[in-house]
Amino acid sequence: MSLSFINFGETDKLSTKKYRFSPIIYGLTQISFYLLVIFIVILHLAPFLWQVICSLKNVDEIYSLPLKYIPSKISLSAYRDLISNPLFLRYLLNSILISLSTTFFCLLLASLSGYALSRLSLRFKTFFQFLLLIACLFPQIIFLVPLYELMANLKLINKPLALVLPYVTFSLPLAVWVMTGFFQTIPKEIEEQAIIDGFSRLKILTKIILPLSRPALATCAILIFIGPFAWNEFLFSLSFMIKDTSRTVPVGIALLSGASMYEMPWNKICAACVLTTLPLIIFVIIFQKRIIEGLTRGALK
Amino acid sequence: MPEVRLEKITKIFDKNIVGLKDFNLQVKDKEFVTILGPSGSGKSTALRIIAGLERQDKGEVFIDGINVSRIPPQERNIAFVFQSYALYPHMNVYENIAVGLRIKGYSQNEIKTRVQEVAELLEISDLLKRKPKTLSGGQRQRVALARAIAKRPKVFLLDEPLSNLDAILRERMRTELKLLFKRISGTVIYVTHDQAEAISLSDKIALIDKGRLRQLGSTDELYYQPKDLFVASFLGTPPINTFEVTIKEGNFVFGPYSFKIPEKYWPKIKNISKLILGIRPEDIKVYLKPEPSSFVCNISTVEKMSGYAILNLNCQNKTLKAVVERDFITSIREENLWIKFNEDKLYLFNRDTQQLL
Amino acid sequence: MPKSFDEQKFGLLLILPSFILLGLVALYPILRNLILSFTENDQFIGIKNFILLFQDERFKSSLFNTLLFCLISVPLQLFLGLVFALILQQRFFTRGFVRTSVFLPWALPTAVMAVAWKWIFNDTYGVFNDILLRLQIIKEPLAWLGKPDLAFFCIILAEVWKCTPFVTVILLAGLQSIPPELYEAISVDGANTLQRFRLITLPLLRPFLLVALVFRTIQALGVFDSIWVLTGGGPGGSTEPISLYVYDTVFRYLKFSYGSTMVIFSFILSLIFVFIFYKFWGDRQIEY
Repeated sequence: MSLSFINFGETDKLSTKKYRFSPIIYGLTQISFYLLVIFIVILHLAPFLWQVICSLKNVDEIYSLPLKYIPSKISLSAYRDLISNPLFLRYLLNSILISLSTTFFCLLLASLSGYALSRLSLRFKTFFQFLLLIACLFPQIIFLVPLYELMANLKLINKPLALVLPYVTFSLPLAVWVMTGFFQTIPKEIEEQAIIDGFSRLKILTKIILPLSRPALATCAILIFIGPFAWNEFLFSLSFMIKDTSRTVPVGIALLSGASMYEMPWNKICAACVLTTLPLIIFVIIFQKRIIEGLTRGALK
Repeated sequence: MPEVRLEKITKIFDKNIVGLKDFNLQVKDKEFVTILGPSGSGKSTALRIIAGLERQDKGEVFIDGINVSRIPPQERNIAFVFQSYALYPHMNVYENIAVGLRIKGYSQNEIKTRVQEVAELLEISDLLKRKPKTLSGGQRQRVALARAIAKRPKVFLLDEPLSNLDAILRERMRTELKLLFKRISGTVIYVTHDQAEAISLSDKIALIDKGRLRQLGSTDELYYQPKDLFVASFLGTPPINTFEVTIKEGNFVFGPYSFKIPEKYWPKIKNISKLILGIRPEDIKVYLKPEPSSFVCNISTVEKMSGYAILNLNCQNKTLKAVVERDFITSIREENLWIKFNEDKLYLFNRDTQQLL
Repeated sequence: MPKSFDEQKFGLLLILPSFILLGLVALYPILRNLILSFTENDQFIGIKNFILLFQDERFKSSLFNTLLFCLISVPLQLFLGLVFALILQQRFFTRGFVRTSVFLPWALPTAVMAVAWKWIFNDTYGVFNDILLRLQIIKEPLAWLGKPDLAFFCIILAEVWKCTPFVTVILLAGLQSIPPELYEAISVDGANTLQRFRLITLPLLRPFLLVALVFRTIQALGVFDSIWVLTGGGPGGSTEPISLYVYDTVFRYLKFSYGSTMVIFSFILSLIFVFIFYKFWGDRQIEY
């Protein structure tokens, strides 16, 4: 598209785009923009919303045609069945235990490492960052076989630790980046003053840095929890937890929807999906600003 | 025909903050006009409205007789030099200058010629392959200027281009800018809060405060015939001394002092009993010993500048500033000095409206 | 601060636990894969596994599936991510809510949402068929998960839905890092909206696009969760990516070393992609 605009100094061939600032065009643009936005929101929320709707139908309605978009009678039977199912509750418990442990330990390690990386220039810093890169770049499948072997040798199969160890490890990259970024914003003068005042390095960490870090710690914790290696993780959980009672909830639901598709009605499966995703959604809604801020800062690095 | 004209431009920001109110401006062809004012006075807003980067709420903008009020910036045929230069970081210097020409559809050869021409003019010919982040502040500024000049626009708009430079560089660039725009003989609208810059660079100054135009005129007009107290106080370093005086029996009286009102001011003071008197520091004559019709003052501080000195004098609890030559300082032995006003250079302002009488 | 020996010791101490964990759980497996692929039951067998690999039809088919999957889903994610980021960059009423919604898919468990998609794509009771029928885009319900091409479409849709937010967030960060003055300057230089996008937005977004491209491609090469749930690799292996075949090999056929061989192949493939991307897109001068 060649745009040979008029040459300057001489008379301007007046632009035909005089309407550019007209209110009519502006109004139309606004409307179509908002329509687009609404469409985008629907696209993103629809699958989840459909699960919610289906979970509130009772068994007959789920399998009736034509499809009803609004359940004629809201039924909580699916939820009641689920909650009274000890196996499902066990899945939930496992997930909670493992996710919380992961979050806690990862946060701990990430803070210590982040602090070290941001403050001190160490000889092994580059190598450490290289390890972090490996841990976040490659897909899980690459680690699967040897890790399974390792867990089997350590007799950790079916034990929560088998999952917590890899979860913490693979959550480290993002967590360390968030914490490092945060620590770099704390002016060095504060610590230098503390050193002059005679504080030991450990005391500096616990009495000064830690209280200051609360917001960053919170953001980091949330990012770990909703990340791909805590509540949501699937592959390792499927592979390392073979006994039914050790399973986590994503695997549980997937198995329920697979093999026993004809035994468990879909309204119950939908209910299970909703229950599993609800805590995450609540987290995201409450902490959305923090999350996006944290990820954005990480991305800028 | 004026090259640029603003008619009754009004702009209100969110929360009813007035940016500009009924702002008028005329800039003639090849004139160098500075919009001068304190921070937040609306000077940058005015410039951006001329450029089309902001849209006025009321009023019209004319460039070369054409109403451009509803035309976007890309079609107004202007050049804008930003305070932070806004150089494209991902392009080298050549590209930065060339991109505007490319968009307008010039041939490769024409672009090359223009860029080299303008690079020579601004002495940046050896920087053409460098990227902005490797350049110093002064160099970046030249590139920004080169970019503007290469386009040969109808109007040059400069938004505080010297603010980000250190003091020495700023002085040098000021002189260079003056020479530069003289050579190019373009129409320039310049924005700054630095009155020294404005006085030295411009043909005319438009003084603006709180969104309103206070006075438009040549530098001499604003300096010697300020419309009101604000204008008088804004121009001049150190600023003009002002204080209230009463008129009694043909004398100006302030505190224990009084002096006869010179004849030329008589028409102005009909029916007035109180007014504000202004006298510039350079118009105060300072004596080491009492002179006829002089007043005594106590020296508060002496600020030694290069080549001259500022005396802060305490006269009856009013602080007056006077400017004297450096050598004078060495002959000061006592704490008191005697001053006399240059009676040709008095400024009389209405006490309530603060307008010049 | 002087780098005292104490500081070094203290720092090392802080990093040590993470170091050990990373070494054990991240580095060691990669090396172990290498060893495993050259052995069988602890006996060195040379490159036998690799020869088998190149003759393995099922592997070739899974490789093809994986590459096709990447080729379609990744550009789609980048494109949509860019569009969404551009939209979210504007200031508008309810922007916070829209941002949260757009971000949501990434926060939800892939496997669980895959179950949701399974229900949506159900041929009898699925809402996807229902909507298409009502809009009269199709005349009869389609067996989305039952036919190879349709199933492929489904897994791509599920992946794009889940992963685009990641790209959106990165690109949004990128957009926000561009100083608005550059847009003003290029406007004054004569650029219209399209030119502003081409001359300022795209070049300055390049590093962010590159990061998104690299991460998304490599993750797409290893896709597992959603496909395992949605199609299990079927029908007839038409949607089986490498990772699913590896899983089968290891957990069904218990051929550990052969699984490692496939993984090494995947690994090298990933590295090649990273290398190519950085070479061609990393530090190139802006062309015009």
